[in-house]
Amino acid sequence: MKNAKSIAVGAALIAGAFTVSAANAATTLESVMDKGHLQCGVTSGLPGFSQPDDKGNWTGLDVDTCRAIAAAVFGDAKAVRFTPLTAKERFTALQSGEIDVLSRNTTWTLTRDASLGLNFAGVNYYDGQGFLVSKSLGVNDATELDGATVCIQAGTTTELNLADYFRAKGMEFKPLVFDTSEQTVQGFAAGRCDVLTSDRSQLAALRSKLNNPDSAKILPNTISKEPLGPVVRQGDDQWFNIVKWVLAAQINAEELGITMANVDDMKKSDNPNVQRLLGTTGDMGAKLGLPADFGYAVVKQVGNYGEMYNRNVGPGTPLDLERGLNALWTEGGIMYAPPVR
Amino acid sequence: MKKIATDSRPAGPKPWYDPRIRSLVFQAITIAVVFWVGWVLIDNTLSNMQSRGISTGFGFLDESAGFGIIMHLIPYDATMSYGRTFFVGLLNTLLVSAMGVVAATILGFIIGVARLSSNWLVAKLALVYIEVIRNIPLLLQIFFWYFAVLRNLPSPRQSVTFGEWIFLNNRGLYLPQPLTQDGFGLVTGALLAAIAGIFVLRAWARKRQLATGQTFPVFAVSAGLLVGLPVLAYFLAGQPIEWVTPELKGFNFKGGFTLIPELAALWVALSLYTASFIAEIVRSGILSVSKGQTEAAKALGLPNTLTLRLVVIPQAMRVIIPPLTSQYLNLVKNSSLATAIGYPDLVSVFMGTTLNQTGQAVEVVAITMAVYLTISLLISLFMNFYNRAVAIKER
Repeated sequence: MKNAKSIAVGAALIAGAFTVSAANAATTLESVMDKGHLQCGVTSGLPGFSQPDDKGNWTGLDVDTCRAIAAAVFGDAKAVRFTPLTAKERFTALQSGEIDVLSRNTTWTLTRDASLGLNFAGVNYYDGQGFLVSKSLGVNDATELDGATVCIQAGTTTELNLADYFRAKGMEFKPLVFDTSEQTVQGFAAGRCDVLTSDRSQLAALRSKLNNPDSAKILPNTISKEPLGPVVRQGDDQWFNIVKWVLAAQINAEELGITMANVDDMKKSDNPNVQRLLGTTGDMGAKLGLPADFGYAVVKQVGNYGEMYNRNVGPGTPLDLERGLNALWTEGGIMYAPPVR
Repeated sequence: MKKIATDSRPAGPKPWYDPRIRSLVFQAITIAVVFWVGWVLIDNTLSNMQSRGISTGFGFLDESAGFGIIMHLIPYDATMSYGRTFFVGLLNTLLVSAMGVVAATILGFIIGVARLSSNWLVAKLALVYIEVIRNIPLLLQIFFWYFAVLRNLPSPRQSVTFGEWIFLNNRGLYLPQPLTQDGFGLVTGALLAAIAGIFVLRAWARKRQLATGQTFPVFAVSAGLLVGLPVLAYFLAGQPIEWVTPELKGFNFKGGFTLIPELAALWVALSLYTASFIAEIVRSGILSVSKGQTEAAKALGLPNTLTLRLVVIPQAMRVIIPPLTSQYLNLVKNSSLATAIGYPDLVSVFMGTTLNQTGQAVEVVAITMAVYLTISLLISLFMNFYNRAVAIKER
C-alpha cells in the first residue's frame, strides 16, 4: 500500500509539473505585468552593447533597448532584470520562456526567424563581420589570411560566414571555437590564433579589452551583413508588436527631433506626428495594449535612437563607432522606421 | 488423493488479499504510470514545440553544416552534413577518452604502488600528489594546463625545435608523419607473425614449466620478437616509410602530424585527475589482500616480484575492478569539459555549434545523451566481463 501511495503522490507531482505549460498560455504582456519587471536576455559582457559595471548596473545599446521596452510597459525604465547568456544559450532561454525578450546583438537570419520559433522585432544596429589581426603579422587584407588559425565564438553566424568566405576564396583556415567572446580575446592575446573574427562593432569592443589595443588592427574587409536586433517568441503578436514599435518610436523620435532634454516641451508641439508619438492625441498606446504616453516615457527615460547610440557606442565612447549605416535615412544611413499613425 | 485435497481445502483468499494477485496488479499499475508519464512528456514537448513554431525531426542531420572544425579524425569540411559533425565530435571524444583511460590507468597503478612503498620519500610524494590533485576541481586543472602552461609556448616563428623534424609552439606539437610505401605489408605481416609467435611461445613455456618445472623468460623474448621482427622486415623491404616533416609556411607549420594544445591540455588534466583516484583504488585493493598471503608466498620462497604478480595482484584485482569501472565512466563523461577550452569534442561540436545553427535543441540533446549512455554502458559491460574473469571462483 505504501508503494501505491508514493506512486500516487509521484503521479500528482508530475501532473502538477505539466500544468506549468498551461500557465504559459497567458500573453507575454500579462506575465510581464504580473511579474512587475521585464526579464531581458543580454550578453555576459560586451562593452557598448551590454556590460555590467562594478556595481552590477548594466549599460549598453542592447541594454537600453530593454530599458525602453520597460519604460513603455511600466513607465519605468528601471523595471528590468537582466539574464547574461552565451551565444549558445540565448535561443533556448527565449524559447523556454526564461526571458521575455532577447536583446543580445543577435543577427537576423532566415533560419533563426523561420525554424526556431522566434521573431525578430527590428534592427537596432546594422553590423558586418570583420577581422582583427595583430599588427606584427604584417597583414593588410583578409585575402592574405590563407592558413591562419581563427578564434571565434561558438553558436554565432560568424562561424558560418567565416567558413563560407574562406571557401569562396579557396583559402584554408583553422577555427578555434570558444564559448564566450571573453575567451576568444584571451586566445587571441595569448597568440593561440592569428585572427579574431566577429561583428565589426564587437571587434572594436574586444580590441579595447587587449592589454595594448594599439598592437592589433581591424582589417578593412567586411565579409557579411549582420543586422542585429531584439528577438521575441513566435505566437504572441501583441508582444511582438510592442517590441517592434518601441524601437520604431525611438527611431521616429530622433527623426522628429525629440530628445530626452526637450521631450516635455515637445508635448506642446503642433506637429501631429509628434503628438501621436508622445500620446497627446490619438490612442496609439491602447492599440498596442500600452499606456497612451508610452512614447513619452521611452524618450524621457531612455532617449531617442541617436542618443542611445551616441551614449553607448558613438564617437567619444571607448568603441568610437561612426554612425555609418546606422544614421537616419535622412542623413545617409539606413535607419528607417515605419510611421506612428 | 489430489481430488480430495482440492475439495477439502478452504476457499482461497479473496483476490484483493491474495499477495500474488496484488503484486501483479501493482506492477501493472506501475508500468502503466511509467508509460503514461513518458507519453505525456513526449506529447507535451511535441505539442508545445509545434504551438511555438519550432521545427522538429531529424531531417537537419542531412543538411550542409557550413562551419569548420579544427581537428577531425575523419575527412571533414564545411560542405559536409550536420550528421558528419556528429561523427567528427564523437571520434574526438572517444580519442581523448581512450588516451585518458590508458594514461590514467598506468599512472594510477604506479602511484598507487608508490603510495605503499617502504621508501618514505616515494610514499609521501605519492600521498601529496593524490591529495593535491584529487582535491582541486577538474575544470580548474584543465584551465591551468591550457592557459598557464601551454599558452606560454612561443609563437610558430620562434618554435622550439627538437632535431630538424619536431617543432613545439603555441599552435601545438608538430611531428613527422609516416607515409607508408609499397612493401609496407611485409612489416605489418611481421608484426602479426610476432604476435602469433608470442601466443605459441607462451603456451609452450607453460607446458614445459608444468612438465619440468623450469621457467622460460617469456616476457623478454616476447618483447624482442615484437620489436625485432617488424624492424627486420622494415629493413628487408627497403625502408618502405616516407616521413612527411612539418614545414613553416605562411602563418603556421604545414604537413606532418599535429597534436593541438587543446587536446594535450585536456588529456593531461583528465589523466592526472583520474589517476589520483585510481591510485587510491589500487592502494585499497593491495591492502585488501591479507598479510598472511604474502607471508605464505615468502615461506614458499617466492621472490618479491613473483609474490606481487602471482599472489597479491590477482587477489587485489577483485577489489580494484568495480570502482575502476566507475573512474573510467567518470573520465569519459568529464571529457565533455573540453568545450571550456575549445577542444572539438561531441559536446562542443554537436551540442554546441550544430545545436545552435539548427536550433534543434531537443533532438540534439537527446542524441548526445544517448551517446554518452551508450558509451558508458559499453564500458560497464566490458569491465563486468573482465570482473567476472578475475573474480574469485568459488568451487
